Amino acid sequence: MQATAPDADTTVTITMTIEAFADTIVPGAKRTPQDRAVAGMAEGPGAVEAGAVDLLRQPGGGLADTLEALAWGLNDHASEYATAQGLHLDEGIPPFVALPFEHRTALVGLLTRPGHPEKSMWVGLALFSNMAFDSAAHMSTADAFASGHPGLLTIGYFRPDSDGIYRFPAFSYGRQLASIHPATTSDGSPA
Amino acid sequence: MSAVESTDVVVIGSGFGGAIAAYHLAAGGADTVVLERGPWLNADDFDHDFLLGKSYTKVFDFVVGEGMSILGGNCVGGGSVVYFATMPRAPRFVFERQGTIGRRIWPAAVSRDSLEPWYDRVCEALPVTQQTWDKVPYAGGLWAAACEHAGRTANPAPSAVDVDMCTNCNWMMAGCKFDAKRSLLLNYLPAALAHGAQIRPLHEVQRITRNADGSYRVHYSIVDAEDYRVLLDSGTIDAKLVVLAAGTGATPVILQRSEPDLGPMPHAVGRYFSGNGERLNTAIFDEDRVREVLGLSRDDAHAYAAYQIGRGPTVANWDRLDGSLPEYERFSLEQLYFPPGLGTILAQVPGATGPSWYGVEKKEMLRQWQSWLTIFIMSEDDNEGVFGPPPETGNAARLSQQMLGHGPLRYEPTANTRHGWALADAEIKDILERDGLARVAPWTNDLVGAYTVHPLASCRIGDDPATSALDDNHELRGHPGIFVTDGSAVPTALTVNPALTIAALAERAMPAMVRAAQQRGVNVRYGAPAPDGATAARDAAVARTA
Repeated sequence: MQATAPDADTTVTITMTIEAFADTIVPGAKRTPQDRAVAGMAEGPGAVEAGAVDLLRQPGGGLADTLEALAWGLNDHASEYATAQGLHLDEGIPPFVALPFEHRTALVGLLTRPGHPEKSMWVGLALFSNMAFDSAAHMSTADAFASGHPGLLTIGYFRPDSDGIYRFPAFSYGRQLASIHPATTSDGSPA
Repeated sequence: MSAVESTDVVVIGSGFGGAIAAYHLAAGGADTVVLERGPWLNADDFDHDFLLGKSYTKVFDFVVGEGMSILGGNCVGGGSVVYFATMPRAPRFVFERQGTIGRRIWPAAVSRDSLEPWYDRVCEALPVTQQTWDKVPYAGGLWAAACEHAGRTANPAPSAVDVDMCTNCNWMMAGCKFDAKRSLLLNYLPAALAHGAQIRPLHEVQRITRNADGSYRVHYSIVDAEDYRVLLDSGTIDAKLVVLAAGTGATPVILQRSEPDLGPMPHAVGRYFSGNGERLNTAIFDEDRVREVLGLSRDDAHAYAAYQIGRGPTVANWDRLDGSLPEYERFSLEQLYFPPGLGTILAQVPGATGPSWYGVEKKEMLRQWQSWLTIFIMSEDDNEGVFGPPPETGNAARLSQQMLGHGPLRYEPTANTRHGWALADAEIKDILERDGLARVAPWTNDLVGAYTVHPLASCRIGDDPATSALDDNHELRGHPGIFVTDGSAVPTALTVNPALTIAALAERAMPAMVRAAQQRGVNVRYGAPAPDGATAARDAAVARTA
């Protein structure tokens, strides 16, 4: 079953909402001063600049066809949350995007806690948001380094050799650093 | 109506349980067909690449259950392709465990002593070798030094990695590109092929039915090579004997789905699942303190900052593998590497003031990723996992084209299991936070439940028909001619990495399985040497068990 392609306004709403969720998982600096989806609560790029939406739109990931429903669901939860909290949200942007960062954070906590009926959906969205940042799973790792992928650079992931393959010739302190268990068997196993 | 294909033996799954059975049966003369759900990849196919669809996602299966998630292999060679190849023997006390049933869980015929010759066979076949300190990667050295500083011991664990070929790239979870890891692709499986066995990848067995003559019909689907959500075709094959080794997360599901045709399954099919008592902690080291307190430096600029370098777990603390301690208080603590993609989302910020697994503080923790060290707890759980009704096909409802799905396993850790975890968490904290070396916190269980890379016991051996699905020869109770040899047959958590024990149990099961095959009309005999022709361990095992 192929969903009808959303119109331009809907696409903007979906993208902003998913970006705001991803930014709650791995926060980043605003891309522009006008950036609303990214709250700007952390230094350096976060999950959004790392490509969270691109990863989530990969057909192989399994969430691409559900992003619109996830965005609507997230905004419904945000509206209910705001009402319950007595918050007034800017009506010009999607409700989840309009939530202040600390409230986005609190709402994500509620949606992913054990026992929430929709937990697996929101955990899945969080998992892929995080993967975009820490492993750039939407692009080859060689391309990720070539394009200066911000997540791999932030975590300090080492670059491969020039052929794209990892080898670490220096790998050991090279000496015994503890006494072994006295009951170790002659083949090196526990007794 | 086309004729149904027929063979002597069908082996379902090509991990340790399947590969060992396939080798011995084929070498003994049986016509053997191996059906493997995953793809058939070799060294040249293994990528150093996180892109979805590369070997990193092709060879894995990550099944999220209710309270427990399982990470396992999904390829020819099964777990041996994705595992870290740490191969200790299980400590003696494990075989004497009583759990909550009040009597010995393991069959009377299986003890550490009785299993030794079979351990020897596997060690000769792979081979497994003792590791030396001069080849221990930085992360293992750091764990050893921290243990020593805290008055504990630490051991380089036996391994099936040829360290002279190893580049310490830490990509072995995606398959070893250098054939340094002695997976089944290098020993049992090619030897089985040489003896005429057929291995058919991307064949996912759904169920088994019984024929009028007492033989079995195995029903499979063909899986798309890229998108495992897509099943292309289906087929059947008849066999006089079936070896079920689809993995702990799949074997009971196939049997449950077969129950309407085969008749009632033993009560223990799909029950007594163990996550091997596994739990992870992540520490973030203070590089200055590593240098000052432990005296370590890897170069002029860095004391450690080398989480990425190495070959998975290499050093373990075994101080709590003490048979005099009460059950549920014994565990090992092993240094471990978990790559990005899977290994960061569940790590929690020590002492977080806000959310612990996401948000601002978590991002700060990610900046220090190279100074992380993961410590892997393997303890004694309560076999509290239960499989619910099987999904329509396979062992999970697949979400992604590869790797990720939701399965029917439910696991609510008991007070006993949580007690062991709490003791282990405290032990890790005591070792690593001493003198400001590191800050440490366990992984959250709130997102995908507990997390195991060593699922066990969902179709276990035993002497008691009420609590074991298999007899002590691994034959399924009430269903003669179906044998189970994978991790599901292991009765309890092992407190150490289980691959060697799974393999040793499979080796041990072979003489009786060959006799059963003979009785079912298969022209086969037992007695093959190791896959490379070595005979010392075989001769010792035969002499000791004659």
